[in-house]
Amino acid sequence: MAKVNITIDGIKLQANPNKTILEVALENNIYIPNLCHHEDLVPAGVCRMCMVEVEGQRGQVVACKTLISEGMKVKVDSPEISVIRQTTLELVQANHPQDCNNCKQNNNCQLQQVTAFVGMNQKRFERMRKTKPFIEIDNSNPFFNLDHNKCIMCGICVRTCDEVQGVNALNYGQRGFNTIISTFGNRPIKDSVCESCGECVVRCPVGALYPKNTQIPAREAKTVCTYCGVGCNIFLGVRGDKVVSSRGDRTSIVNKGRLCVKGRFGYEFINHPDRLKTPLIKKNGKFEEASWDEALDLIAKKFSTRKKEKFAAFSSARVTNEENYVIQKFTRAVMETNNIDHCARLCHAPTVSGLVQTFGSGAMTNSIDEFYNTKTVFSIGSNTTAAHPIIALHIKTAKRNGAKIIVANPKEIDLCRHADLFLQQYPGTDVALLLGMIRVIVDENLTDKKFIKERCENYEEFINSLENFSLENVEIITGVPKEKIAEAARIYATNSPSSIVYAMGITQHTHGTDNVLAISNLALLTGNVGKESSGVNPLRGQNNVQGACDYGALPDVYPGYQKVNNKAAKEKFEKAWGVKLDNKIGITHTEIINAIEHGSIKALYQVGENPVISEADANHVKKALEKLDFFVVQDIFMTETAQYADVILPASSFAEKDGTFTNTERRVQRVRKAIEPIGDSKPDWWITSEIAKRMGAKGFDFTDVEEVFNESNSLVPNFAGINYERIEKVGLQWPCPTIDHPGTKFLHREKFATPSGKAKFMPLTYKVSKELPDTEYPLLLTTDRSLYHYHTSTMTRKVKGLRILDEEELFKINPEDAKLFGIEDGEMVSVKSRRGEVKVKARVTDICQKGVVSMTFHFFESPTNELTICEVDPVAKIPETKVCAVKVEKF
Amino acid sequence: MTNQYNKIFNKFKGNSEELIPILQNVQEELGYLSEESMASIAKFLRIPKSKVFGVATFYAQFRFKPKGKNHIMLCRGTACHVKGAPRILEEIENNLGIKEGETSADLEYSIESVACIGACSLAPCITVNEKVHADLTPQKIENLFKKKN
Repeated sequence: MAKVNITIDGIKLQANPNKTILEVALENNIYIPNLCHHEDLVPAGVCRMCMVEVEGQRGQVVACKTLISEGMKVKVDSPEISVIRQTTLELVQANHPQDCNNCKQNNNCQLQQVTAFVGMNQKRFERMRKTKPFIEIDNSNPFFNLDHNKCIMCGICVRTCDEVQGVNALNYGQRGFNTIISTFGNRPIKDSVCESCGECVVRCPVGALYPKNTQIPAREAKTVCTYCGVGCNIFLGVRGDKVVSSRGDRTSIVNKGRLCVKGRFGYEFINHPDRLKTPLIKKNGKFEEASWDEALDLIAKKFSTRKKEKFAAFSSARVTNEENYVIQKFTRAVMETNNIDHCARLCHAPTVSGLVQTFGSGAMTNSIDEFYNTKTVFSIGSNTTAAHPIIALHIKTAKRNGAKIIVANPKEIDLCRHADLFLQQYPGTDVALLLGMIRVIVDENLTDKKFIKERCENYEEFINSLENFSLENVEIITGVPKEKIAEAARIYATNSPSSIVYAMGITQHTHGTDNVLAISNLALLTGNVGKESSGVNPLRGQNNVQGACDYGALPDVYPGYQKVNNKAAKEKFEKAWGVKLDNKIGITHTEIINAIEHGSIKALYQVGENPVISEADANHVKKALEKLDFFVVQDIFMTETAQYADVILPASSFAEKDGTFTNTERRVQRVRKAIEPIGDSKPDWWITSEIAKRMGAKGFDFTDVEEVFNESNSLVPNFAGINYERIEKVGLQWPCPTIDHPGTKFLHREKFATPSGKAKFMPLTYKVSKELPDTEYPLLLTTDRSLYHYHTSTMTRKVKGLRILDEEELFKINPEDAKLFGIEDGEMVSVKSRRGEVKVKARVTDICQKGVVSMTFHFFESPTNELTICEVDPVAKIPETKVCAVKVEKF
Repeated sequence: MTNQYNKIFNKFKGNSEELIPILQNVQEELGYLSEESMASIAKFLRIPKSKVFGVATFYAQFRFKPKGKNHIMLCRGTACHVKGAPRILEEIENNLGIKEGETSADLEYSIESVACIGACSLAPCITVNEKVHADLTPQKIENLFKKKN
């Protein structure tokens, strides 16, 4: 783009022509007073403070709304401008409280800054000053307050809620002198659609919106958020030994400074008094405090007699890559078994088993920021705004940039407000829906023939399998009108680059792998993979679930997906670790639970997980855990599962240790220690290494995590180019094979990662879910997530504000069903399945279709997974937590 | 629930520019704009609820509470003001136990003040539904609304 020459106050400048005068001035450190400007927002031009003069133009122009042009000469100050600014400022100040010292925004206030620059005529100001009646401060939100009295009507909060967040909780209400920032119905913020992300609070130029906790940190540590798989970069603020704030890193390519409610306000759990602070050993049914030596020696002793097929480990998607590496090394090298798995089994196992078959790699093909240029986003089985809030913001931005959004979900989720097309399929019918779309694309000749010919194989067999998927059939199976299916297919196929986003709605089925294969078929058919902004994007749930898989916490692969039954891989790791390794593939999460119940596994080592709440058919899990000879739990809190342990080891949280997390877009990012470990807790890598050393193992003498990182990456060609120095500022995306490799933004550019280098079409048949409603259990229960809680809520329910925003489980049921079963909104009901019974409050809502009910699994008081069924996908072994049959009665 | 609005929505295309005519139609049908009706309008037009509320509260023509069976419009024009309209309003409020802009709990009365009802020669005056009451005094107000207390 050719640059434009302008002068501001005689200074010659060059800038891109699509910039405003104000932007160019501020970029060049020339201050022009402003109140309603924010660099993330479309200029509004409402505060009239940035008036400047442009040579040759009459009067003054608004600098924030005027684009620069060649030869433009701008004057930032003149006697006329001064008068205008002063008068405008005095009008703003006339209604503004003058008690700056008691204001939370003191010293950080734009109005103070403008006033200092522009100056006020005190006499005139006094004359104009008119006290408005005091409006009560809205303190309903647990994290921030809204003080209307200090509001200067710049509208930054309104625009942020619209342009950045797409939530529109706030708008101007009333008129004239009475205008206020108002929610719908002028209700307290907590009762509005506000998601408490705090983006408006961060941007408020005055003290009108301010956080309840305003402790200014003494120092900050740059790290990565510990909640979902997006991997937002944050600065944790610390005072003494306490984390007192969290803010987004605006330079981060992942989140660009934005955070959700959990990332911004959910740090209270770190210093919570309930943190485990010392090892605990169960003696006579009671936990007693113990020293590290005592606990570790006991574990070493017990583990050494329960090696091989008697042992299993659950590693954790919550801990770092380094720690996952150490835990799997310990399991394989010391305990001599491949019985290691983690909770990815319960979320994205079908993604790995499915996409590895078709593309050769089971990860997001694209980067998060590629959504900006995507023309069609097809979100299926993902409640993106609740589970991956920052990725949802990127999708909403795509929409603002003109993209089409198609949502396929059994529930009318929040993202539907932004969707051009919403397909409400019956749970468990995704294969039919996707193949119906494929059939339309084939019948209407919308396929990408060149791509299929050059880059794919198995196309003929696949085409022959489509016969049963006529739109009439698909409409009957899915309940989605055939016109909508056809329209979705046409948009997806023709409006490219198209990107598919999916999550648990696709994977947590007995045919989860088939669902994933159907998605990859759809992408291959239209050539929408292996290109920028175009691909198949499984959104990973936990902060480091990608990394836990990458670093080998799986029963069939060493770090870097190198097969344990591959001779060369085995020999490589035997050589590196100096031990003999077992080439037998270990058993999976669900199979480990079964093996414990059958008595073959005697000892379980579990790090950072809570299967008693998170695993399907939880009663079965509890029964199994009681049978263990020896059960070690390593966690930051006393979880429901820890109650069953023989020894509990206190681990340090993410804020207390160094390491790396790999986010959902394969980006390896640095986690940094903000505070010293709480109490006597220790980082997980240290604990596991200590156990190993006490069992006489070699190769666990790590002095720090960097050593672990370097050892692991030296064994994985795809990670070989990643080291701490290179990811100091910005994380790298694997594959990154050499030290000068820039990382991989999107996968499969030239060839696929399959042995043949070509992607594979997979013929499919439609299979019904294992347990469908019948006369005895007439409703279909599906599970979902809340924005305010994370997984089993071990951390989020330790945060008071999150508890207030979402205090209990709700059984969501369609109004027609509610009427049929005589259930009223807000009353307690009893929900029963063939496996358990749960008491819960009913919420009558039409976001659920008729016949389908839904619950989250965040609350131990109403453990939803006591209802779900533990039937598993034959390939991926994931339980079908998205579909089971229940009945409901008044309690 | 939304069925009652569908009759109105059917007359429109669903473009956001149609917001004000739809608000007017709904108010005509319902007598006021309930939160539920505004939420339905937002969904129909696919615009944020807060925006519907913002636009509706900007215009004086929209009401957010049902009108009483007897709707009192109090003239606050210059002539009426000079001849004691504020005192008349106070008296009405005292007699009915509601404030300007409110509706009594039994939905019998509601009070609205308007800029001018164009009957300056009769100042101070009010209308109750369509009927004009002229040359008012506090005593007359009391007689008019006495039965209410």
